Amino acid sequence: MIFLLLTIVFIILRVMPGDPIIALIGMRAPPEHIEALRRQFLLDKPLYVQYFHYISNFKPIYVPYFPYISVDLGTSIARDPGIPVVSSIMLRFPATLELAISATIVSVIIGVLTGAYSAHKRNTIADRSLRLYSMIIYAFFIPWLGMMLQMVFAVQLGWLPLYGRADIGMEPTRITGLYVLDSILTLNFPSLISSLMHLILPSLVLGLVLSGVYTRLTRTNMLDVLRQDYITAARARGLPERTVVYKHALKNAFIPILTMMGLQFALLLAGAVLTETTFSWNGLGTFLTESISYRDYPLIQGTIVFYAILVAFVSLIVDIIYAIIDPRIRY
Amino acid sequence: MKGSGRLLTLAGVTISALIAIIALLAPIIAPYDPIKSDVGGAFMAPNSQFLMGTDLHGRDVYSRILYGSRTVMLVALASTLLSLIVGVPVGLLSGYVGGKTDRVLSLVMDSIYSFPGLILAIALAAMLGPGVVNMSMAIAVVYIPTYFRMVRGQVLSVKENLFVEAARAIGAKDRTIVFNYIFPNVAPSIIVVVSLNIADAILTEAGLSFLGLGITAPTPDWGFDLKSGQPYFPGGRWWLITFPGLMIIIAVLGFSLLGEGLNDILNPRLREGE
Repeated sequence: MIFLLLTIVFIILRVMPGDPIIALIGMRAPPEHIEALRRQFLLDKPLYVQYFHYISNFKPIYVPYFPYISVDLGTSIARDPGIPVVSSIMLRFPATLELAISATIVSVIIGVLTGAYSAHKRNTIADRSLRLYSMIIYAFFIPWLGMMLQMVFAVQLGWLPLYGRADIGMEPTRITGLYVLDSILTLNFPSLISSLMHLILPSLVLGLVLSGVYTRLTRTNMLDVLRQDYITAARARGLPERTVVYKHALKNAFIPILTMMGLQFALLLAGAVLTETTFSWNGLGTFLTESISYRDYPLIQGTIVFYAILVAFVSLIVDIIYAIIDPRIRY
Repeated sequence: MKGSGRLLTLAGVTISALIAIIALLAPIIAPYDPIKSDVGGAFMAPNSQFLMGTDLHGRDVYSRILYGSRTVMLVALASTLLSLIVGVPVGLLSGYVGGKTDRVLSLVMDSIYSFPGLILAIALAAMLGPGVVNMSMAIAVVYIPTYFRMVRGQVLSVKENLFVEAARAIGAKDRTIVFNYIFPNVAPSIIVVVSLNIADAILTEAGLSFLGLGITAPTPDWGFDLKSGQPYFPGGRWWLITFPGLMIIIAVLGFSLLGEGLNDILNPRLREGE
């Protein structure tokens, strides 16, 4: 699957109509400069030569149970000249990972709670409004929602910071690159508070927009589960309705949610690009748009390839977790 | 259909129709030229003369929003049409022929499908350069697999029906079977997907423009105007971002409600079990 994705990235970047160098450098660049760049990226060679050169950059090393890929994505030409693309990406990836993890937590918590409540109170006004919510929230354009929350919580109320990952000078010593985790590891509490405060709005925005799917899914599953015999049995034993719904039923509505988390991962990454731009969050998404504005071709290609690998990797992880949770599934 | 469902469908139809009317009649309704500077002072708050205020260059935000619907709808419709034209025939072919062709095509389409849509569109838009046509092409590629997967899946199930076997028995050509027997059964679902696809395309278009990869200034566009207003809202100029963003949400909501409604009407069997 990774090779297929890599091939598609290649097709997109090389075979699509249009000359990437001209698109990036602009028509007015001196012709010899354009020619030199073409030679550098082998764009003057036939396509199949380009393809084999490109694929040969990826040297997969398989360690049992842990797929590891060594990748040479070349070096940057404009943004940070001479520095390997991989190290630039690795510098920015933790920020996206941190945002993705907290946004997922937010979306699952909101989605599961609203979904369960909706199923519990089905066909009431609460249920109807929550179903409407799950439909409407997807339409919320992330930058707009982000700016509205910034306007209320940062500009008007001044409770939360407007931009960035931490106050200036508050960045923790880099260990993993995840600010929250690093501040805990270095026991730097001012940093921890600063990073958490900065994390709230971005993860809330991204989490809210993605939560609608979980609301719908949890509601449907809960309605199914609530019809099962063991729920009737629990009710017959005289357990309070709340215990039945939120303890017995909710647990069993969880497996499809895990699947959905895997499926939503692509949407999460795409949403993260917009969230990062809105909140000046120094992650992969802003890195990609910066690389584009620097017209740095190796960086753009490298980042897209990295996204492809990430998607493939996560779908593998989800399959593995799925097999562990549900013993009926064997690959 | 139940009361609340009908109400939502109606809302979807109304909103979508309104957006289409605004896009068509923008030159007539708009009070000012959307790209003309200094029709008012810079950064005037909404008032009776400028309903949604003015921007940095003293342009009328309201007129820009009305004209912006043209850019957005043009890109959304063009990209939807493009992915429809490519996705549906390839899906029909893949599902009907089966075998190796089907496996290869499905593999390719599934890989594109698994890739984050907006990021794919960003890469394509960066390579193709800005402009309405290029942006439509970039967005179209992202949504081709949606049509392919849906059509292929439907063909696979329709193909097993007795009437297809009967058609084959009376000696109908493959082409006739595909277009006269199978396609009409797939068509209703395509209409639903188109409507939902327009909603998604509007979101992607707004995303691309917001990131500065869509159209170039001074063309009015909701995502682009939202981006242009971003530096000024912390200073209290809320109107610059509020209205373009609201329009995006309303338009997306309109077309997704329309799609959901059509789904209920055209595929009654698929209705969610209550």
